[in-house]
Amino acid sequence: MDKKPFERPVIKKLNAGMPSKFGLQVRHEPITEIDGVPVSSLLERYGSPLFIYSEKTIRSTFREAFRAFSSRYPNVLFSWSYKTNYLNAICKIFHQEGSWAEVVSGFEYKKALENGVKGDRIIFNGPDKSRADLQLAVKNGSLIHIDHFDELYELIEVAKESDAKPNVAIRINMDAGIYPAWDRFGFNYENGEAWDALNRIMHCENLELAGLHTHIGTYIMSTEPYRIAATKMAELAVGLERKFHHHIRYIDIGGGFASKNTLKGGYYPGSDTTPSFEDYAEAIVSVLMKADFHPDHLPLLILETGRALIDDAGYLAGTVVATKRLADGQRASILDAGVNLLFTSFWYDHDIRPAKPVSDQTEETAIFGPLCMNIDVIRKSTIFPLLKKGDPYVIRRVGAYNNTQWLQFITLRPNVVLIDNSSQVHVIRREETLETLNDLESTPEHLNVHK
Amino acid sequence: MKIKKSLAISETGFVFDPSTGDSYTLNPIGLEILQMLREGNSREEITGTVTQAYDVDAMTFERYYFDFLGMLKQMQLVETDE
Repeated sequence: MDKKPFERPVIKKLNAGMPSKFGLQVRHEPITEIDGVPVSSLLERYGSPLFIYSEKTIRSTFREAFRAFSSRYPNVLFSWSYKTNYLNAICKIFHQEGSWAEVVSGFEYKKALENGVKGDRIIFNGPDKSRADLQLAVKNGSLIHIDHFDELYELIEVAKESDAKPNVAIRINMDAGIYPAWDRFGFNYENGEAWDALNRIMHCENLELAGLHTHIGTYIMSTEPYRIAATKMAELAVGLERKFHHHIRYIDIGGGFASKNTLKGGYYPGSDTTPSFEDYAEAIVSVLMKADFHPDHLPLLILETGRALIDDAGYLAGTVVATKRLADGQRASILDAGVNLLFTSFWYDHDIRPAKPVSDQTEETAIFGPLCMNIDVIRKSTIFPLLKKGDPYVIRRVGAYNNTQWLQFITLRPNVVLIDNSSQVHVIRREETLETLNDLESTPEHLNVHK
Repeated sequence: MKIKKSLAISETGFVFDPSTGDSYTLNPIGLEILQMLREGNSREEITGTVTQAYDVDAMTFERYYFDFLGMLKQMQLVETDE
């Protein structure tokens, strides 16, 4: 006779008059497979924990975003934000879809070149570009987005030395109605600094002003700031036409679109409150279409959104290490992935699901990672099914920033796999080993003497 | 361990403690164990019954059994002289 599946015994106190804030039972639909591949077989073959990417989701999300803008505006380009996820396989999917590369360091710049991106399709942002970085970018004809006057003057020197006329833009910060306003990157719009920089460039015969760039913030849950930003960018572009008869080739509105994750402290889930690509596109494009651009010189619209394009395609699967009770009786579950791998758990209430069918029974549970550090908390308190040691789990929407900001701390970083459109699985980053790290170290000879 | 004699335990897994007015809910296996405890079954007897009916070995069951007893103590559902 088949035995019944075992679930650990649990008793919960009922709090009459205090239902969940939505008045509904919290259900945790399990994620047993991703793009047709069972999660359990992935963990068995590639180890636990494991990052998993869906190529199908990346491509469909990109196409949805591109369609939202291209159906409203004739000239649209996406540039893949390397810092959001610079795993080469991920970058190459976006490049195959037509994205250029948007990089913010010499390291990322060289990564883009090695990924086969032509130099004139790389946008070089960021406050720290070394002289060597600038020389390489000028030589390759990349679009250099100037962050500050020191960089502007250094670039003028580099341009003079090389006899090239680099294509540049300035990054503009502004009051777009969000608080706190980002003013540390680029030149300010309201205090006239942006015009100072533009005047300087327009009077410099060594630089070609190709565009204008802004990036108003991150995880912006409203479309209104984009409408304000697009308005101010369009005013600058039209002002350049009037003053210098100069038509910029593009307006780069940056990124900052929110994904469907739920920010800590959010009352409603992100999946219900995040604007759609259509909403963002409508806010930005409606302004640009009404602006007084010369009809023959409608600027190219560049988007550098990263998070909203990749978050949904990434999963972190793993195994429950243990369950225990805290001093006050609260349940705690320890997972084999912590904040070292899931940097975004510092600002999201991540959606954690069982990876095999479970009953409707739940407990209020604290979810901890495996690190022997008090900060390793994935969810301080969540209604969670009765998982036990050895049970698999899946954390959704982890594609943005985790594989660039993860830490080699206490444990090693695990395998990353990509499931392609035919449900074939490919390792796109191998797990680290002790040798991976020891190869980087050297010990002075006198310390190798054992007493 | 003896559970409070005054507890009202329904067949569907609801528990009422008349001494505090608190109500509780159990999952099916929690209900089975609580009923066996009330009937005075020993740990060995409970373990034998559960491992025969459910897909779990005695060692694995033991850790969750003691965890469950801890919850009953925490909720003060056991006799105080225990």
